[in-house]
Amino acid sequence: MNRSPAFAPNLSSRHRKGLIGLALFQLATLSSVVALMALLYTLVDHAFGYAAIEYQVYPGDLGMDIYRLDDLPPETLAQVLAEYLPPQVYRSLDQDRPLAGRPGPELAALVIQRVFQPKVVRTWSLTESLLQRERIAAQARAELPYAEVRFVDWINARFLSRPQSSDPLRAGVRTAILGSLWLMAIALFTGLPLGVSAAIYLEEYADRGHWFHRLVQANIHNLAGVPSIIYGILGLAVFVRGLAPITSGAIFGPAGATVNGRTLLSGGMTLGLLVLPLVIINTQEAIRAVPASLREAAYGLGATRWQVVWHHVLPVALPGIMTGTILALSRALGETAPLVVVGASTFITFDPSGPFDRFTALPIQIYQWTARPQDVFRNLAAAASITLLVLLLLLNSTAVYIRYRARQGR
Amino acid sequence: MDGTHSRQPMASALHRRPRRTEALIQVLLGLSGLITVLVTLGIVYELARGAWDFFRHPLWEETHRSLAAPVGPATPRFLLPTEGRELPEGSVLRVGDELVRVVAVEGETLVVERGIQGTGPAPHPAGTPLLLQSRVSVWAFLTGREWIPQLGRFGVLPLLTATLMVSLIAMAVALPLGLGIAIYLSEYASPRMRHLLKPLLEVLTGVPTVVYGYFALTWVTPGLRRLLGADTVGVYNMASAGLVVGVLVIPLVSSMSEDALRAVPDSLREAAYALGATRLETALQVVVPAAFSGLTAAFIVAISRAIGETMIVALAAGAGPRLTLNPFQAAETLTGHIVRISGGDLSYDSIDYRSIFALGLVLFTLTLGLNLLSQRVVAHFREEYR
Repeated sequence: MNRSPAFAPNLSSRHRKGLIGLALFQLATLSSVVALMALLYTLVDHAFGYAAIEYQVYPGDLGMDIYRLDDLPPETLAQVLAEYLPPQVYRSLDQDRPLAGRPGPELAALVIQRVFQPKVVRTWSLTESLLQRERIAAQARAELPYAEVRFVDWINARFLSRPQSSDPLRAGVRTAILGSLWLMAIALFTGLPLGVSAAIYLEEYADRGHWFHRLVQANIHNLAGVPSIIYGILGLAVFVRGLAPITSGAIFGPAGATVNGRTLLSGGMTLGLLVLPLVIINTQEAIRAVPASLREAAYGLGATRWQVVWHHVLPVALPGIMTGTILALSRALGETAPLVVVGASTFITFDPSGPFDRFTALPIQIYQWTARPQDVFRNLAAAASITLLVLLLLLNSTAVYIRYRARQGR
Repeated sequence: MDGTHSRQPMASALHRRPRRTEALIQVLLGLSGLITVLVTLGIVYELARGAWDFFRHPLWEETHRSLAAPVGPATPRFLLPTEGRELPEGSVLRVGDELVRVVAVEGETLVVERGIQGTGPAPHPAGTPLLLQSRVSVWAFLTGREWIPQLGRFGVLPLLTATLMVSLIAMAVALPLGLGIAIYLSEYASPRMRHLLKPLLEVLTGVPTVVYGYFALTWVTPGLRRLLGADTVGVYNMASAGLVVGVLVIPLVSSMSEDALRAVPDSLREAAYALGATRLETALQVVVPAAFSGLTAAFIVAISRAIGETMIVALAAGAGPRLTLNPFQAAETLTGHIVRISGGDLSYDSIDYRSIFALGLVLFTLTLGLNLLSQRVVAHFREEYR
């Protein structure tokens, strides 16, 4: 390269600037990766670790472990109850239903609630638990002499299968997961038919220059930018309050109806409206990707417009529509604010049995546990967050797999 | 090809008949398009109606005055103690369950019109307190510096400044980082690197905001407190919420900016290289200015997203509206306030319920305005290269 003297002096400084610039851009990219790692680290860090638990009666004294009570024969548990409960309490429980005849898990729950009465007084993060075991042990001996320090995995099979409870050691996300599944199903039934037909209309029927087409198209893009909490307000006014007789189930008879419209149906329909623009935009893209030659061939054979759409365009666009719908649903799964506004319940211990039930959902559970002042609920929130992320990962992998299969087939 | 039938007689087998099902299907599909428009109209209508209720609904203010003597059902004159609040002529008072209008004030006696607005005149014993009817004025709502529903003070400014403060911090994070990532991906990165990084950024978008809120509260806030001192930084603060909202909108900024940068024709880059510009000079002095309107649109959309973000601020920015410009203090944003008061079984007749709609209207207007603005900018951007 020819370096003229007038050019040479600042060339090295320009190259240096170039390198600094590149370093800064790489740093920016790296920082977002670091943010993601920090987020995942925080969740895992709080989902496992030592916990200091205080008991009314120390289970070790009886040679028992509170996590293994279900394995014990019911007779042993009934015996523990007889021995440790005040006589009048024992008698009233027995009169309710004879304790000897009750099943093991129920007796185990009674033993934990009434006899051991465990209370988590402190928790440590996973990092602390792994790196500073001695310090934790010393601290526990000095500050919490009566506590048992044990390693707790806050996320485990019990956590996934148990309903919500005010006792952090027994709380689970079963009701929340079922609530989320119900909400997604209702959102799907609201959003998918409406969204796909609107997309078909826009792509296959409407005249592009027509004012109605432009209005609908511009409107969809604006709807996609409306904050989710606004959809919650819409759901509160229309579904919860306006359509209360329907959403509470009252018009279908008083049996199973809820006192107001704050039900799964309202929440699900709100989420359905929320994902509607996403479903439409994704479906439009899938339909647009169908080659025009396919349509022309069908028209050439004398097919009507609907026959072309139904027999030729939709089957080819189907994987794209499914992928787009799943991605839209995963958005619905993570939404919290609209559900809070629509009136998700704070504390539900029973499984939802129908669309007219009061509801909670996984993100709502995370929100409520995080907002509690006690540290132990932060551990539960981390465990629930991991559960939610895994569910989202499953959904997204399904979408990626469908997309992959569709490409293979082509 | 459309569904209407041609009048030209053709061979009978090929004759186009009117097809009822086809027409019906077209109408049904058009209806679902119409429903999306109805959703928007529904949002606007419900917000406007709720906000109208909020501004029209009477509030009853304490006057610290009560009847000095019992009144019968027909007496137009009330005897009052002189101390207490001024009662202007024409104002509406509530005495027990009855509403009266003040006609004149003559020293200690009040001349009133009894039983107005559908209430009936009734006798009242001495000592019945008088309540003064008032309403939230739009002006007081928009300019008030305090939001204390219990005292009837509804000034939106504290909520608005907190919202803007959080968005500002978020943009201070997302703007440089998002733009840096976009420049790196569009101007520097190899296709393999792009293949690796794009899904990673998508993961950042896919994380639910409530999980980001958890992250802000349990990782960013303690980090800030350790870094700057627990005295400076509150347990709940706008800075932590803003930083995490920033992280949330990075992928939005970077992907929209990258699209804008890649839309710049390669001829511009090649011309710059031919003149001897380095890669950085080409990127910053040629490509970025050429994509300027697209980048602006990306930032505007990101601001709108940050303003509407709810769960991060609800968890990390704190409860209770406060007018402060100190980012390390707690202050409630528009969205945070709506979420806090709407939790639980909120009564439809409460001022909190009605205020949700007024606040929602402010939020909707802000975000819609920004989104429309960004579309304008994008339309302008398209004109430049076509």
